[in-house]
Amino acid sequence: MTLPPIIANWFAQRGWQVRAHQLAMLGAASRGRHALLTAPTGAGKTLAGFLPTLAELATTPHEGLHTLYISPLKALAVDVQRNLLNPIAEMGLEITVETRTGDTPSDRKARQKARPPQILLTTPESLAILLSAPESARLMADVRRVIIDEIHAFGTTKRGDQLSLCLARMQRLAPGMQRVGLSATISDPESWAGWLAPDADAGAVEIVRAEGGADPQIEILVIDDRIPWGGHNGRWAARAVMQQIARARLAIVFVNTRAVAELVFRDLWAENDDSLPIGIHHGSLAPEARRKVEAAMAAGRLRAIVATASLDLGLDWGDVDLVIQMGAPKGASRLLQRTGRANHRMDEASRCLIVPGNRFEYLEALASRDAVKAGELDPDGFRPGGLDVLAQHVVGLVAAAPVLADALYDEVKSAAPYAGLTRAVFDHVLDYAATGGYALKAYERYQRIVPGRDGQLRLRTPALARQWRMNSGTIVEAVAMNVVFGSGKSSRHGRRLGQVEEYFAGQLRVGDSFMFAGQVLEVTGFDGADIHVRLGRGSPKVPVYAGGRMPMTTRLALRVRGLMNDRSRWQDMPDDVREWLDLQARISRLPGLDDVLVETFARDGRWYMAVYGFAGHPAHQTLGMLLTQRMERAGLMPLGFVASDYAMVCWSLEPVDDPRPLFDPTVLEDELAEWLAASPFLRRAFREVAIIGGLIERVQPGVQKTSKAMSVSADLIYDVLRKHQPDHLLLTAAWTDARGKLTDIARLADLLEQAHERLTHVRAPHVTPLAVPSMLTIGRERVGQEADSALLLEAEALIAEALRLD
Amino acid sequence: MDVAFSFAGEMLVPLTSGALWWPAQATLLVADLHLEKASHFARRGWLLPPHATTQTLAALIDAVETTGASRLICLGDSFHDQGGPERMAPEARSAVQMMTRNLDWWWITGNHDEEAGARLGGRVMPEATLGPMVLRHEADGADATPELSGHFHPKLVIRQRGRQISRRCFAVSAAKLILPAFGAFTGGLDVADPALRAALAGPAEALVLDAGRLLRFPVH
Repeated sequence: MTLPPIIANWFAQRGWQVRAHQLAMLGAASRGRHALLTAPTGAGKTLAGFLPTLAELATTPHEGLHTLYISPLKALAVDVQRNLLNPIAEMGLEITVETRTGDTPSDRKARQKARPPQILLTTPESLAILLSAPESARLMADVRRVIIDEIHAFGTTKRGDQLSLCLARMQRLAPGMQRVGLSATISDPESWAGWLAPDADAGAVEIVRAEGGADPQIEILVIDDRIPWGGHNGRWAARAVMQQIARARLAIVFVNTRAVAELVFRDLWAENDDSLPIGIHHGSLAPEARRKVEAAMAAGRLRAIVATASLDLGLDWGDVDLVIQMGAPKGASRLLQRTGRANHRMDEASRCLIVPGNRFEYLEALASRDAVKAGELDPDGFRPGGLDVLAQHVVGLVAAAPVLADALYDEVKSAAPYAGLTRAVFDHVLDYAATGGYALKAYERYQRIVPGRDGQLRLRTPALARQWRMNSGTIVEAVAMNVVFGSGKSSRHGRRLGQVEEYFAGQLRVGDSFMFAGQVLEVTGFDGADIHVRLGRGSPKVPVYAGGRMPMTTRLALRVRGLMNDRSRWQDMPDDVREWLDLQARISRLPGLDDVLVETFARDGRWYMAVYGFAGHPAHQTLGMLLTQRMERAGLMPLGFVASDYAMVCWSLEPVDDPRPLFDPTVLEDELAEWLAASPFLRRAFREVAIIGGLIERVQPGVQKTSKAMSVSADLIYDVLRKHQPDHLLLTAAWTDARGKLTDIARLADLLEQAHERLTHVRAPHVTPLAVPSMLTIGRERVGQEADSALLLEAEALIAEALRLD
Repeated sequence: MDVAFSFAGEMLVPLTSGALWWPAQATLLVADLHLEKASHFARRGWLLPPHATTQTLAALIDAVETTGASRLICLGDSFHDQGGPERMAPEARSAVQMMTRNLDWWWITGNHDEEAGARLGGRVMPEATLGPMVLRHEADGADATPELSGHFHPKLVIRQRGRQISRRCFAVSAAKLILPAFGAFTGGLDVADPALRAALAGPAEALVLDAGRLLRFPVH
């Protein structure tokens, strides 16, 4: 395809050359092929994706939807509209472009169905809802192209499963549709091509690589050769970070969790002698608050912004020239993507400063810098699609039009995450979606999906379609309460600042203060789902949020081991780190490249065991549960443990003489099953699959929880199902989820295997240098059979004592 | 059975299941079974597990057999809604019918079920008197007679060492005893909630059974 003159002139007027990858995208389109473009930030990725569409629409009239653009963020769809509308206007093209997200008013949505634009910018959630409408077949029939931006943000998530299923449906409605994926630099484009393609056929996708920009400059902050022993957020360096901000035009200070964002924001302001404008941005702030900060950033009114992953994705919000990563970045791909947020011109180097929280994190920072330099990115963990997502999706498809089960199965299998789905499992999912999937056939009257005389599946009542739309989507938030500024009677009278999780809110009383949105807030009252606050002072609590922390990747862990074992690298390390490693080698020994070092030592009348697994926090957490369970059975009386990304340390009343039997990999499955079933992980996972799978109603954000009689909690359903139907589809789905991200059982199994083959046991004379950072980690777990009962008894005794009058 | 406590001069025994055993009257009391709650949801498209009714009835039968009760009193909201008995699976229905035949069975009416239970046998009444006590679904603040009731689904929520523990509990004041909900699909209301404290009409305690011990927590 050659560029139509109207577009070629536009490039020429700006003195721009059409780049090679942009031409390659045009070429792929003209050959009728799917395409995957990987490009560093600033390479004109979005325009490259749209260029074939603009060229086609410039030369050939087209009625109705021509191209859909899917973005992971609502805000991104809005942002691209700006970046796309400007070129279209400047080229003088008459192309209609609109957005459709959860925020789009319903009258506009209705109008879009009647008179669709040529280019529609949307999110996976809105697309799924659009595809459940009876009009979808007509709307999609002439779609030529779907562009998926930031494809790397989707692939291995439930949103990705949903999107992939939506692509399969669109392809069936518009067989000639071309799929285009746009991605940041990724380690394995071929696998992603497979994810993008119909029937996972990577060969049908042309992979286009934009030539790399300038190499990023990654530095590690060290002051006077000092790195602290413990902590992992780099908060010790607030003053130095503030000085870096003062020297930069606009800096993004990335942190790893929302709670840390609040803390770091406070630390920075405490050092902000010149009162530089610094903002905060995280996923629990109200959308209005986030939009405000984003706008201030784009307008150049800020000098720095403290942000979590909520700002990770490719928004072009201003002239950022420095990225500061507080704490270790946990993965090379993540570091590279975050670094890319600084500077949007390809030919200039992006600058990133890593602030390691402790000595391990210094090594990790160094390792991630090495990895980026070597171009070694982390592989993405593709896994089979979630059955809860599939259960949700099939109901949406049946809502769109009656369909035969056979056709549905073929369609679903053409989505890459479901390519391996057997017919038996599919039928199981379909049965669940229709009847709840119970061994007791109690609900024949209430089936959601019923076969007609022609064998086609239909919804039992139209009301079910409405209900489905209210409940669809794959993102499940923790139950939350609104933080409302001002003492109005309802949230209408106050200003909504954002949300905190119900669990945290439950610990607050009137008069308590907590950190939120960068301020200290005092609770003035509770009203339904609202917490009313005013500005406060004193020592505030810090809201905690479930999940969110990413474990260190396997490749990075290997590199950290490598650094420890390569003394030639030690010379460049700060004195603190070098001495730390040197002392460790003398008092105990250093972990090898592929062994498992286990240290035992006594301290304060307790026996400690430190296991250096380098398997990431979730796997070490699970290891802690497993080992203390085995120690309990061996009569060693374990008391607790603490897990970090690098190690697990546990303590007990009796010493571990020989750790080897504790690492026996053989009965792992049985023990884990027992423990996991009782753990909060499986319950948390069950709540998520029960909502996604359409078993229980999604609590709409900001809406007060329904009364005790009107809802049934996921926990109660979990208990009943586990007792009466342990093989239920949703329990299986929850189990799969819990084994994956929450407990990382695959990595634990590898670790046990490794320990079985190469375990090095050192009896140390006292606590070792390497054990200290982990022992200073917060988040200790108490163990013991009757933990809850003991706590109840203790509480009763304490209260009784406090109330004693004698 | 050494976890008995005294209320209105009577010796009462709370069971872990949430039932209350009154030996002197050979009577077992339960509140808020909410039978057929799942099918109530199923009608609207939320296909909750139908096993909840089975489980609630099994627990009830177990309590009857353990105590040897000759009278059973349901303190209201025995069904989640009036249509509950019609939606029952045949086995569940006959299990209830067998019990209402073999026991002196009283259905106190609740705000959800009204007289729904009547179709399965037993006697239906809005309130009852037994010994020194009045039995009703929802506590009546205007009545000073010692009273057994349900309705509120009390649970104790405590936070100890950063962990939150939540258990069904009996809430007891000088003249009011509120039973926990017995049903498998019933949630709970924090015993410290203002609504519950108002219903208790005075200083109160939450009683929790744990591992054969009766623990007492003042309610504030």
